[in-house]
Amino acid sequence: MEMTSLYPVASEIFLACAGMLLLLWGATAGEKSTGAITVATGIAFIIAIFMAGHYETAKAVVMGGHVGSNAYVLFIKVLLLLSALASLVLSQHFLKSSKLSRPEYPVLVLFATLGMMLMVSAESLLGLYMGLELQSLTLYVLAAFRRDNAKSSESGLKYFVLGALASGLLLYGISLIYGGSGTILFGMLHEVVTADKPPVELVLGFVFILAAMAFKISAVPFHMWTPDVYEGAPTPVTAFFAAAPKLAGIALLIKLLYGPFHGLLAQSTPIILVLSVASMTLGAFAAIAQSNIKRMMAYSSIGHVGFALVGLVAGGQEGVQATLLYLLIYLPMTLGAFGIILSLRRDGVYLEQISDLAGLSKTRPALAAIMTVFMFSMMGIPPLAGFFSKFYVFLAVVEARYVWLAVLGVCLSVVGAYYYLRIIKIMYFDKQMEGFQRVPGWGVASLLGVTVLFILTLAVKPDWALSITHDAAKALIG
Amino acid sequence: MNAELIPAVLFYLFAGVLVLSAMMVVASRNPVHSVLFLILAFFNAAGLFLLLGAEFAAFILVIVYVGAVAVLFLFVVMMLDIDFEQLRKGAWKSLPVGILVGLVLVSQMVMTAVNWQSLPTAGSSILSPAARHAAATNTQAVGAILYTDYVYPFQIAGLILLVAMIGAIVLTLRDRGGVLRQNINSQITRKASDVVEVRKVQKGAGIS
Repeated sequence: MEMTSLYPVASEIFLACAGMLLLLWGATAGEKSTGAITVATGIAFIIAIFMAGHYETAKAVVMGGHVGSNAYVLFIKVLLLLSALASLVLSQHFLKSSKLSRPEYPVLVLFATLGMMLMVSAESLLGLYMGLELQSLTLYVLAAFRRDNAKSSESGLKYFVLGALASGLLLYGISLIYGGSGTILFGMLHEVVTADKPPVELVLGFVFILAAMAFKISAVPFHMWTPDVYEGAPTPVTAFFAAAPKLAGIALLIKLLYGPFHGLLAQSTPIILVLSVASMTLGAFAAIAQSNIKRMMAYSSIGHVGFALVGLVAGGQEGVQATLLYLLIYLPMTLGAFGIILSLRRDGVYLEQISDLAGLSKTRPALAAIMTVFMFSMMGIPPLAGFFSKFYVFLAVVEARYVWLAVLGVCLSVVGAYYYLRIIKIMYFDKQMEGFQRVPGWGVASLLGVTVLFILTLAVKPDWALSITHDAAKALIG
Repeated sequence: MNAELIPAVLFYLFAGVLVLSAMMVVASRNPVHSVLFLILAFFNAAGLFLLLGAEFAAFILVIVYVGAVAVLFLFVVMMLDIDFEQLRKGAWKSLPVGILVGLVLVSQMVMTAVNWQSLPTAGSSILSPAARHAAATNTQAVGAILYTDYVYPFQIAGLILLVAMIGAIVLTLRDRGGVLRQNINSQITRKASDVVEVRKVQKGAGIS
């Protein structure tokens, strides 16, 4: 094997080696090295971003056909690395003040990110399963990372049991597909699975895979675990859950739909449609009743997954581009909102209840203003970035002649606007509570700056976002 | 007796006992019995593998699952004091839903099995190891492809096991106070002058 044939997966190989070295460092140097290892993990992410960005974006499949790369995969990989980097920045002070500062944390985040990257660059069903399992197993551990806390342990266990069930569904689907087609390679499946009367075992196998993917992206009705896990997990881990794995799951779903199983689009589109409508509806209504801000963010993320899937219902290059644009804008919005949650601390305890935000505009006007921007953006108020993401998915779905779905989506985002507005109302008009302590460090503050700048300025210059998502969608479908 | 009949009889024997013992794993009241039925299920699954000519998978199943995993289960079941009856109480409530979902799944499987039509290319596909390694034994064939065609999944499986190990340590290892450990370095560097104190004892006074 020539060395050049490993270029498409160079960033993954680098991350795997870096992870193992950092683990050795942590094991020998002990807990006092956590800060340095976190910084080193961040640097490893940045190097991996440059490595992923550097190599040519032509289609390539290597390592016995199990893994490969193209412009679409590179786009997703860079986004994944950026959101992992952001959640690492978010975790810095929280872990220290919660006495969770252990060298395993950044290493586990690194391995989870590696798993997600392998998931989206997989070119065979076996490679897909391996990447998925690497990220899932790491996420279970991260959810239970605060092991002295009953809620955190419960969330880890719940995620583990249900995740194992989803993995079982996935494997069962893969075995049906292998039995029917004799291959697990995406390239060969792309050729043999054609729209002209596909065998029933391939359709059933793909439905099993869809169910497992819906679990991973927490689309209704496979969402049951999401609120409990989001509430129980330590807040920076929740921020990580809300960003990177969602992106990886939806990106993989898109890749499966337009890669190996493009012949089954007619059968899978109604399933995506049901997932999308159910997720939007539940996300809009269930979040209203929440008093815990992490549970509210969980339902909000379920709703956002529903909106992102609308683009997939539309299908085609425009639909996929709309979904990618939605995810591109969703990530900074969510990470920014969690940045606010992680900047508010009172008596050593971080913000948990929505009512604790009361009067924030008096005590911390800057944070309240930034939170308002995020909430307006999540509602989809122009000219913020969140408006564009919703606008493009609805535009795509109207062009695909699902006008009723666009109308329903707009109605549901009006319903959803209620709980985002409620947060703004509590911050600005409710009676002031005692102030929050200042959270030291520049990490979270600079992350807030970057995300809010992104959301405010995308309206002025949306061209670059449209062009990169267009290129990514074209690499996959064109 | 017909030579073709024997494998068929064996198949239904193994498959029948497998399904029954799998049901007993869930249904039996005593958790130790559950584990023993699980072992019976593993043996019958190994028998099915043998009928397929996959002797390597059959023996791995017996050695790893019966020899290691099931024994570990037995230890866990015997050492942990878990009230399994209590755990099972909730299960009866959700039984109707479970039966409904199960029936839907079974009907789908039956429909799939009845309409099964492998793609014409399935048999000759490059990933059917039988085609390329027809002459080799099972073990040789696994050895030939594990580190070549499948080196990528093999390596990632190693990473997954590494993460499992980190996870187990992160979630369970605690430093307990009051545990005395042998520190050879401190034992060797210990000097008499550090620990022995010589005192003059007055007659009849003792030492406080």
